[in-house]
Amino acid sequence: MKTFILQPLTTATLVLILTTPISGLVLNGYDFNLKWQPPLLLALTAFFLHLGLMILNRRTTQKKSASSQKTSHHPAWPRLATILLPLLGLILPFLLGKYWLTIAILALIYILLGLGLNIVVGLAGMLDLGFVAFYAVGAYGFALGQEYLGLSFWAAIPLGAVLAATFGVILGFPVLRMHGDYLAIVTLGFGEIIRLVLNNWITFTGGPNGVRVDFPTLFGLEFSRHAKQGGTPLHEFLGIDYSSNHRYLFLYLTLFLVVLATIFLITRLKRMPLGRAWEALREDETACRSLGINHVTVKLSAFALGAMTGGIGGVFFAVSQGFVNPTSFTFHESALILAIVVLGGLGSIPGVISAAIIVTVLPELLRDFSDYRILIFGLAMVGMMIWRPQGLVRTTRPVFQGL
Amino acid sequence: MGERTSLAQPLLALQEVSSHYGPVRALDRISLTVNAGEIVTLIGANGAGKSTLLMTLFGNPRASHGQILFAGQDITHLPTHRISPLGLALVPEGRRIFPGMTVLENIALGHTALGNHRQGPSLDFLYTHFPILKERQRQKAGTLSGGEQQMLAIARALMSQPRLLLLDEPSLGLAPMMIRKIFALIRSLVQSGIQSGVQPETAVFLVEQNAHQALQIADRGYVLVNGTIRLTGTGHDLLNNPEVKHAYLGTLV
Ligand SMILES: Nc1ncnc2c1ncn2[C@@H]1O[C@H](COP(=O)(O)OP(=O)(O)OP(=O)(O)O)[C@@H](O)[C@H]1O
Ligand SMILES: [Mg+2]
Repeated sequence: MKTFILQPLTTATLVLILTTPISGLVLNGYDFNLKWQPPLLLALTAFFLHLGLMILNRRTTQKKSASSQKTSHHPAWPRLATILLPLLGLILPFLLGKYWLTIAILALIYILLGLGLNIVVGLAGMLDLGFVAFYAVGAYGFALGQEYLGLSFWAAIPLGAVLAATFGVILGFPVLRMHGDYLAIVTLGFGEIIRLVLNNWITFTGGPNGVRVDFPTLFGLEFSRHAKQGGTPLHEFLGIDYSSNHRYLFLYLTLFLVVLATIFLITRLKRMPLGRAWEALREDETACRSLGINHVTVKLSAFALGAMTGGIGGVFFAVSQGFVNPTSFTFHESALILAIVVLGGLGSIPGVISAAIIVTVLPELLRDFSDYRILIFGLAMVGMMIWRPQGLVRTTRPVFQGL
Repeated sequence: MGERTSLAQPLLALQEVSSHYGPVRALDRISLTVNAGEIVTLIGANGAGKSTLLMTLFGNPRASHGQILFAGQDITHLPTHRISPLGLALVPEGRRIFPGMTVLENIALGHTALGNHRQGPSLDFLYTHFPILKERQRQKAGTLSGGEQQMLAIARALMSQPRLLLLDEPSLGLAPMMIRKIFALIRSLVQSGIQSGVQPETAVFLVEQNAHQALQIADRGYVLVNGTIRLTGTGHDLLNNPEVKHAYLGTLV
């Protein structure tokens, strides 16, 4: 019970210390005033976020004990959180303006990317510095598929996933025998190769000019003010006023469902033999092989599933931007996704989610200080490594039920 | 399945097996056998090649010469992960449990290793032999004491219901009392094999430095010196062999 207050409190204090100088100090000529509201608000949000996630995290650990032995730890709490948090996520977009809506979409995309990389780095323990490659494959797969083959958004989600997974396996094969530093360098190279090909294969990809992406339709209904090709715009069909928010709402909700499905899937996988084999491989490959675990399939499946999630993220990115070009897929992006996984706590799903939100939302709150963004980010990372090396949300072992 | 291991056919047979680490030869034409239901021990000094022998069974390093037969099947060139599902389980030197995973998960990994659909012994069976593991089942395996980790490694190996249990220095770093406990356990596992959840006629191949105790529980023994088999005989014979006494038991024993 004590940790339930203490841990979020630490997070809140950390946030307070980090954000007070940047969001609280208001320049006034050559003078400055100290405003307490913004940093306190941030700290409070962090506190409740952390608390919520911890409760969520506990639920998985408690499931078993609830069935075998009656525990006195408020079993109603965690269940409430798993219902309330997704519900909150569903209501949230209706309360947001267009600007924050686009940021929320970005946050969801980063959650997806973080979840994908978390499989490879957090669970299977393979340091991948080129994860952005799969993100690019998904985004370009959709953009080019639409351009050349008239691929629709709905078809692009599974196809982008499959395409990215294929690339995951292609990368996986040559690096099967590599560990640590060597693996990191090769994956880094792979990420750059993809970007450079996209940049230089001008006749096919349009090179630095990128590719335009049309906004999808929902059951043939368009999200534009006036129908383009004889279709019906959504707002006319529903008999409501046109709002440019609709398309973002639609995107948010679709993405939200995809993220929920992904979380569900990964939570499941973690408890299945495959998920446990990933973690065992991370801990001791030789022991795994002597136990009869096929390290080839286990590693490739981690690469493929991670890449798949990244690919789906890419498809959504392409749609949300309406345009893709190679500058969105630099190493910086890979580093950011990796930072999300590490900040969140390797292997922890709630951790990845909170880190992704922090990493996307905080820079927006700190727009005025964009020059120092990387500096702050670096400081936050250093601070984390000192005070919370296990990440924002500590990984709890999913309880294993029966043999 | 039991049909194939007739009396004439040993469960495990190494025929002139050599293996190398690069240019260095670690094993030189080793021939040995283990029969079903037997406890066979291999003793030898540091660097004699004992661990190498066990690892060679699993194809890591791969035998550079000779043949390894398990229940009549040639496993010399089988991929590592295909070997344990045949019925071999290794308790490696230094335990090599998965420290970040819970005790229960470690045990489960011995059984649910992909592609291994053998029915393992029940958890109850394991817990009667290793009560401490039951107490610690939710704990991360890395937080167990050395002896507890050793028991976990053995329990994990038993989960695959092996026909041959390979143990690499289970007494390493353990208190004398713990060693006695583990050795008693090994013996009882073989004896109770028939009525317990363990595969009937389970054989144990025990690699040890602790020659005295190992030879006492063993039916037969081999002495490995510099990658070759120097001596072989029943446990009792080897215990009384002057050369063994001098080199491994200390002349005063
Ligand atoms: N991976 C390796 N690469 C190169 N040489 C190795 C390797 N592993 C072992 N050796 C060498 O092979 C020889 C046999 O080693 P092995 O580990 O089999 O000895 P051991 O009999 O198990 O000794 P101990 O009782 O100390 O465990 C040693 O000379 C060792 O240096
Ligand atoms: Mg050894």
